[in-house]
Amino acid sequence: MTTFGPLAAISCYAALLGILTVAILTVTVRNLFHAAIFLAFTLLGVSIIYFFLRAEFLAGIQILLYVGAIMTLVIFAIMLTSRIGDPQVPQSNRQRIPVFILIAISAFFLIGAILKASWKTISTLQTTNAVELGKALMGEFVFPFEVISLVLLIALIGAIVVARSDP
Amino acid sequence: MMAIPLSHLLVFSALLFLTGLYGALTRRNAVGILMSIEIMLNAVNVNFVAFAGMLNAPPELGQVFVIFIIVLAATTAAVGLAIVMAIYRNQKTIYTDEIDLLKW
Repeated sequence: MTTFGPLAAISCYAALLGILTVAILTVTVRNLFHAAIFLAFTLLGVSIIYFFLRAEFLAGIQILLYVGAIMTLVIFAIMLTSRIGDPQVPQSNRQRIPVFILIAISAFFLIGAILKASWKTISTLQTTNAVELGKALMGEFVFPFEVISLVLLIALIGAIVVARSDP
Repeated sequence: MMAIPLSHLLVFSALLFLTGLYGALTRRNAVGILMSIEIMLNAVNVNFVAFAGMLNAPPELGQVFVIFIIVLAATTAAVGLAIVMAIYRNQKTIYTDEIDLLKW
């Protein structure tokens, strides 16, 4: 199994901090188009974390599906609907302060619980590949796989029906 | 030898999830709310991959569910943005506090 030097640890922490910064920018920036660009960088950063955890197949899927497909959808919707050039429209509602207090309390308890718990980790990083994932999908998880395929098909048909202009 | 301990990754994904929650609760724009929900789903995925790599269980067990969550996120985006389009066509707005057709 591969070992990581101190340089890898430093770059991993830098990636984590960068993702958090870009995610905070995504939810707070006023211009929604800029928020979509920051969201693309957040999703790219998450795929970098997958590479650090040696989940290369998932990193590829993340880039293809999220950064490719979902970002195209989101930018399409923004361009079609919102009045981006209008700086007068407020972009957040009046719940900012109470929500921030709620988030701070949740973060305090969550981080305390995570740091207090004793995780039974193993010493080497477990990896898998696309072949193993495919065997798991077709063997042990074949029923949820079929259900998720049906859900995807119905959702795509439903999206077309809802979004088309009325005849 | 790990690049980074498990608890730090869990703290990171908790903070990422709460960031998405903040966006989902404070954005007025419906597309912005959908983007925040995508951030929250990604935080859950980071958790799954970290557990799959570092706990004593078959690693496919965690990564298969990441694939399921990514598919569900794609359906969420498709259906949600279709609903946003339909609302914009009817109401000429996508700000969630201005859509009050079902209130009185």
